[in-house]
Amino acid sequence: MASNAAAAPAPVGRAAPLAGRALGRGLVAGYLTLIVLIPLAALTWRSLEHGKGSFWDAVSQPEAVAALKLTVVASLVVAAINAVVGTAIAWVLVRDSFVGKGVVNSVIDLPFALPTIVAGLVLLTLYGPDSPLGINIAFTRTAIVFALLFVTLPFVVRAVQPVLLELDREMEEAAESLGARPLAVFRRIVFPNLLPAILSGVALAFARAIGEFGSLVLISGNLPYKTEVSSVYIFGRIQSQDPGAAAAMSVVLLLISLAILLLIGAFRHWRVKHAR
Amino acid sequence: MRVIWIGSAIATAAAATAALAIFGGAAASAAPQASNSVALVAYSTPKDAYTKIISAFNGTSAGKGVSFTQSYGASADQAAAVAAGQPADVVALSLKPDISTLVAKGIVAKNWQKTRYQAMVSDSIAVFIVRDGNPKHIHTWADLLKPGIQVITPNPISSGGARWDIMAAYGAQLKLGKTKKQAVAYLRKLFTHVPVLPTSAREALTTFASGKGDVLLDYENDAIFANKKGVHTDFVRPKQTILIENPVALTKSGAKKPAAKAFVKYLTTPAAQRIFAQNGYRPVVKKILKQTAYPNPKQLFTIAYVGGWAKVEKQFFGPKNGIVTKIISSLGK
Repeated sequence: MASNAAAAPAPVGRAAPLAGRALGRGLVAGYLTLIVLIPLAALTWRSLEHGKGSFWDAVSQPEAVAALKLTVVASLVVAAINAVVGTAIAWVLVRDSFVGKGVVNSVIDLPFALPTIVAGLVLLTLYGPDSPLGINIAFTRTAIVFALLFVTLPFVVRAVQPVLLELDREMEEAAESLGARPLAVFRRIVFPNLLPAILSGVALAFARAIGEFGSLVLISGNLPYKTEVSSVYIFGRIQSQDPGAAAAMSVVLLLISLAILLLIGAFRHWRVKHAR
Repeated sequence: MRVIWIGSAIATAAAATAALAIFGGAAASAAPQASNSVALVAYSTPKDAYTKIISAFNGTSAGKGVSFTQSYGASADQAAAVAAGQPADVVALSLKPDISTLVAKGIVAKNWQKTRYQAMVSDSIAVFIVRDGNPKHIHTWADLLKPGIQVITPNPISSGGARWDIMAAYGAQLKLGKTKKQAVAYLRKLFTHVPVLPTSAREALTTFASGKGDVLLDYENDAIFANKKGVHTDFVRPKQTILIENPVALTKSGAKKPAAKAFVKYLTTPAAQRIFAQNGYRPVVKKILKQTAYPNPKQLFTIAYVGGWAKVEKQFFGPKNGIVTKIISSLGK
């Protein structure tokens, strides 16, 4: 098609962008294949290496099921808290002005920069048995949610912030001048505009929480059926020379994340369609 | 458009794969090919000892001009990395089954233990690390089962090293005159005193240091190491305990290198054994061990006493029906 375009009597300049576009897509496709697709395919293949029976066997182990339940529930709780608190933080950072705002704004991203194992260690020292603050939640399910909240903090904040910055204040002012109360303005004007950003932030936070390992391995205590999350269970499988079961559990985690991402995508699509 | 898209995608992928192969190939072959360079892949705790042993080795006529690439990490991870192709001439791991993994892959020769000390270069024993001054008065295996005592151990399913501690507990019961059935019952009871299961020995130490638990099952060399690094701990050597033996093996590529062979031989010389002793390990050479201050527990036994690793791995830690595997997966129920 690129050569067609060049042969056609169209302006010569058109050929270059077309060829460029094809090259660009090729690069993107090649890159995604190498970095994402091949590893995921290999993982799935590995999990089914010994047949569907052993896949099912691996994921239906009571210990694996318990770990999965805990992981999914904790991730859902974390995603929900993030939706509310993340939006509130973004709101304060955009709409309020206070001393040290710049510092707070930069601090938000730190959980990304910190190696997660260090995050786990810091949380353990602060909220463990020897807590200088007198808070001891280490080795409980609360600790798992706590650690996950820490590592997923930036997602919703950073997704909502730019949308809030771009949001036209005149709409809100118009609504106010027509007598709408602040809560109604938020519910009817601001929130619908923020919702897509909140949802994409929540989806990312959830996916990240599902697979989190480093920050949890120290603080959760890893007790089967109680505080053992899927990633730690998978690590145990790998260490005890059972890579097939580890791959099978990982595929389940991926499928759950994929399902949530698709669900949120579908919801956003549905909303756009019905908003018109 | 579509054809070009797919075509260029394949071309890009192919080019990238080729590039990867070139880089990968170069990395894989660079280290071991130089005959005067030895790739050492080891577990993490003896890092200090090996650094000193290597510089001492470089001072001998056999080790003059030999350079080393060193990699340290969790024993099972290191074995997996070498099995997956990480270049290695000498592997120093924490327990025999990790080397058996490499034998199964054809990376280490089957007869690797046919050496003077059965390929073991350092020893240790399983001990109880307790809080300063031993406030809970923990001295015996029975003390671990006293009401309210919390025992920290790495999960022996994910940490190969922790299997030494669990087999120490089991073998100690046999030494105390209990039957095998009673010894298994002891393990079951012991795990009811285990409030958390860190995945590795390092994490277990961190957990214990954070204030959790009354006693940590660990190795003598780790306790000495922690004290050297300023983490002050008291430790108790139980009367009945297991002799921990750390193996070293030449890989097939290492066996072709005089420098690698000379290095492995050097590890059991008095000079190297003394360095191990200074770093918390017990020498395997009896003459050197006698010169050290390590007290000998009255009823010391080896892994052979409880059946040997091949049998123990299957019977106690097998993925589904292992005795300990079952105890652990029933813990939180």
